[in-house]
Amino acid sequence: MGFVFYLISAFAVGGALAAVLLKNLVHAALALTVAFLGLAVLFLRLDAQFAGFAQILVYVGAVAILVVFAILLTKGSEVPKEGVFSKTWLAGLAIAAAVFAVLAWAIVQAAPSLPNQAEVPAVTVNDIGNALMSRYVLPLEIIAVLLTAALLGAVIVAMHEKERAKQ
Amino acid sequence: MTTTPLAAYLIVAALIFAVGLAGALTRRNAIMVLIGIELMLNAANLNLIAFWRYGPHPELLNGMMFAIFSIAVAAAEAAVGLGLVISIYRHAKTSDLEQMNRMKG
Amino acid sequence: MIGRLDQIFVLLKHWLLGYLPESWQTPVGVIISVACIVGLYPALFAVTTVLERKGVGRIQNRLGPNRVGPYGILQPMADGIKSLTKEDIVPTSADAVVHFLAPIILVVTVFMGFAVLPMGRNMVLVDMDAGLLFYFAMGASTELSVFMAGWSSRNKYSLLGAMRAVAQMISYEVALLLSSVVVVMMSGSLSLVKIVEAQNHYSYGLPHWFIFTPWGCAAFIMYAIAGTAETNRSPFDLPEGESELVAGYHTEYSGFKFALFFLGEYVAMFSISALGSTLFLGGWMAPVSWLQVVPSWIWFFGKLFVSMCVFIWLRGTLPRLRQDQLMNFAWKFVLPMCLLNLFVAGLWRFMGEGWLRWVVCSAILILAYVSIGREGMRRKKFGPRNYRYAE
Repeated sequence: MGFVFYLISAFAVGGALAAVLLKNLVHAALALTVAFLGLAVLFLRLDAQFAGFAQILVYVGAVAILVVFAILLTKGSEVPKEGVFSKTWLAGLAIAAAVFAVLAWAIVQAAPSLPNQAEVPAVTVNDIGNALMSRYVLPLEIIAVLLTAALLGAVIVAMHEKERAKQ
Repeated sequence: MTTTPLAAYLIVAALIFAVGLAGALTRRNAIMVLIGIELMLNAANLNLIAFWRYGPHPELLNGMMFAIFSIAVAAAEAAVGLGLVISIYRHAKTSDLEQMNRMKG
Repeated sequence: MIGRLDQIFVLLKHWLLGYLPESWQTPVGVIISVACIVGLYPALFAVTTVLERKGVGRIQNRLGPNRVGPYGILQPMADGIKSLTKEDIVPTSADAVVHFLAPIILVVTVFMGFAVLPMGRNMVLVDMDAGLLFYFAMGASTELSVFMAGWSSRNKYSLLGAMRAVAQMISYEVALLLSSVVVVMMSGSLSLVKIVEAQNHYSYGLPHWFIFTPWGCAAFIMYAIAGTAETNRSPFDLPEGESELVAGYHTEYSGFKFALFFLGEYVAMFSISALGSTLFLGGWMAPVSWLQVVPSWIWFFGKLFVSMCVFIWLRGTLPRLRQDQLMNFAWKFVLPMCLLNLFVAGLWRFMGEGWLRWVVCSAILILAYVSIGREGMRRKKFGPRNYRYAE
């Protein structure tokens, strides 16, 4: 396993840890962006160019900015008085550690029998487009409806209630 | 140049998933919980793409399509979730989850 | 001879690389190309600053800078020396790390976009299969640096400017993407080299640029509007309007960091104009088939120069749009027109050759413009004005 893989994984995992541990919310959101970038580079290493660039475009370009806007609109930049971790943080940490232990054990047990095809898949964006329109057209249409519903729902949920204020 | 084995990518994905889970379970602010959820979704995407690359028949594009749809769904869910957080903040004047422990509005 | 002049940079690079051993050729080749891009565009930026100040000055009926060199052409040198030697003031309550990183991230992501632009025949740094997607991914990352700059300054005006800038950039980014998707749909590839190849035919001496089709013309106009808004250029420059917000999100930056923001903005303008000319104006193609004797890279930079002149002209001429007018325009006019344009482009493709498709597609687009644009955007009724004079 090369040095490059370790470096990129360090960025991704380090960014994730910083995103979860930092007290300042905006710093945490920026660390989350670093984690997203690290994951996008891992996708590129796995020869999934479309997924990698889509990850940057959607996550770094939209979701990270959404998170930052939400932090600003809910005045999250002030550090709360009682600290940033809840009272039951130990239980949460223990559960997460247990989940990781189970997953890691499963992976290490299965490591010899995992598939390991070495040659690069010859996948072009043209193939992805064809697949989206032929084999995956139903999920594509459902995603379109889902995104429309999410758009309308988010606008309605977050809209100011104008009528009540006047009465 | 030896290629990285599949198990390495899976361990990284499991690590990011565990970190995201810890964040979603231990932080007080609602937005940090959403950040944890996004990390978990990303870790699952990495898992999908790793299996797509190293598995048999990558030309069928199963894993890549799944990951792309997962990215779209995660973005939609983040938008609605953050809209909810903003709306609750407007009502309860706080985004602290410890203080929102009753159903009475 | 003509072919040699056209490919002169490619031949020069291959000749230089011929002196190196095999294993060194690719990395050094990449370094040479990157160094050329990183050296060329800031030089163009220096020339453009003088051009802009003189041009806007002349439009406003005054001379621009004319002290430093003959007709003021050495002004960028004076500006460069000034910005390098000014004291770099960082406010005490500012977030030092984020404050430092914001201009760096802006400049890095803006320069990354040039990696996929074909600047001449065979003159592209990386011919990526998903080149356009890469370009837009880099463009989306610039918004984050704008926000970082505004937030880290701990200044109400900076934060307000940053929020406005990010809201504007996100809104017009959707329009930018949708108007580029029409080109992708009609040329069948996300690779910019293939998009130029799809336009590389001449009939009766005129080129097959995408701008010469109804859907291409509408898409180009919307791309131009969205591009002007993406780079916070007048008439969309409320986030950095001097009379409104001091200097917007770069209020607290001085010296070299401010110069980096300035550089980032102009290089982003170059980048968007270059992409626009690649998508709609044929990239490095000549306008008429018998002008192909002139090298391709001259045409590319010529189109870039014309786009810069149009940007400068717009800045000097049009008044600034208010934030709500701008967002209204983006979501209620540009976005529906872009979606309709996609439909019209599909109709164009399936109607077959002939004059009918020109008439039908143009009619649909003009009808949509009149109904959505002129009627739908009209919100107030303007009656005759009555004036109140000071007594």
